[in-house]
Amino acid sequence: MSRTILICSGKGGVGKTTLTANLGIALARQGASTAVLDADFGLRNLDLLLGLENRIIYTAQEVLAESCRLEQALVRHKQEPNLSLLPAGNPRMLEWLTPDDMQKIVGLLEERFDFVLIDCPAGIEDGFKNAAAASREAIVVTTPEVSAVRDADRVIGLLQTRAIEPIQLVLNRVRPRMMANQEMLAVGDVTDILALPLLGLVVEDEQVIVSTNRGEPLTLNGSRSPAGLAYTNVARRLRGEEVPIVDPSKEPQGLRARFSRLMQTKIF
Amino acid sequence: MTLRDFIDKLLGRQAASANTARQRLQLVLAHDRSDLNPELLEQMRREILEVVSRYVEIDLEEGDVSLETEDRVTALVANLPIKRARTTPLPASVASA
Ligand SMILES: Nc1ncnc2c1ncn2[C@@H]1O[C@H](COP(=O)(O)OP(=O)(O)OP(=O)(O)O)[C@@H](O)[C@H]1O
Ligand SMILES: [Mg+2]
Repeated sequence: MSRTILICSGKGGVGKTTLTANLGIALARQGASTAVLDADFGLRNLDLLLGLENRIIYTAQEVLAESCRLEQALVRHKQEPNLSLLPAGNPRMLEWLTPDDMQKIVGLLEERFDFVLIDCPAGIEDGFKNAAAASREAIVVTTPEVSAVRDADRVIGLLQTRAIEPIQLVLNRVRPRMMANQEMLAVGDVTDILALPLLGLVVEDEQVIVSTNRGEPLTLNGSRSPAGLAYTNVARRLRGEEVPIVDPSKEPQGLRARFSRLMQTKIF
Repeated sequence: MTLRDFIDKLLGRQAASANTARQRLQLVLAHDRSDLNPELLEQMRREILEVVSRYVEIDLEEGDVSLETEDRVTALVANLPIKRARTTPLPASVASA
């Protein structure tokens, strides 16, 4: 039974594509055959983050039009052959995709992959509706900021009316020091407000930018950077492994952290 | 209230922003989720107070009808301190006058 998971956020730029690329590679490395589908075909980026931008010839569009076979459109990752990329469409054909098309293409992918990850475009309009049409589960990505959390809430409401289950949360770009100083929403604040189980927590990490420069996701070479480890752990949890989540704002960081913990003590 | 909030208050400093963020989010999400516009909510609040005050005298200063949200369930919460009960309810027209 394959699992089709929508990776969405509502708000743009919170880290959906970065998560899709890293999670795809991590799942593949853990032995699961995985396809990543770029549903954000108007502004596609997933190919770039995976370093596959020069190898795209066809898209799902040509597969559905029967001008090529699925195998021809799938771009297999050289270093991690368990992972394949399928762009949903061509940036020049903005009108083409419908929820029906999406269901057909995902149906084909589900026949041969354990995991199908769908990188959703930002927003809650047609692009989102198309991407959600074929999804069974969802991961909502957000950052600890009011606008991102509010938009995540809208998306969660829409996913629930579509009976997409389970819906899990990845909290991205966490700054432990700001959180410890109570200048950033706490992890518990976000999970309470959105009432979703936490699947992963990714800190703000410069290595994310370095890895996108290279087109090599952090999980590809088993990077021990904080974000790399976090993405690998998301993959492990998704596969049912119990990996505890550590709140970095509560980790011991010397005197300063102990002081800020003291300041967080509830007095009444 | 945390120790930090307390010290901030003593020194007249602005409280840490995470708290403000949480409170603002809770409020805005209660409205987003219920899909009630503020005008309708205000109208409903007035009508609820009207009906209730036909039966009991309520403290309008302290009274409050608001939306609260927890675990993705939004509730209309009315907190209406009763001064005293009326022996016979006022007719609808009188209370609304
Ligand atoms: N944990 C992180 N630490 C540092 N930078 C990050 C982190 N996560 C994402 N970024 C950066 O944030 C930017 C947006 O990321 P990404 O493209 O993955 O977001 P997105 O949600 O897919 O955006 P869009 O809505 O435009 O599709 C990128 O520049 C990425 O490098
Ligand atoms: Mg993206």
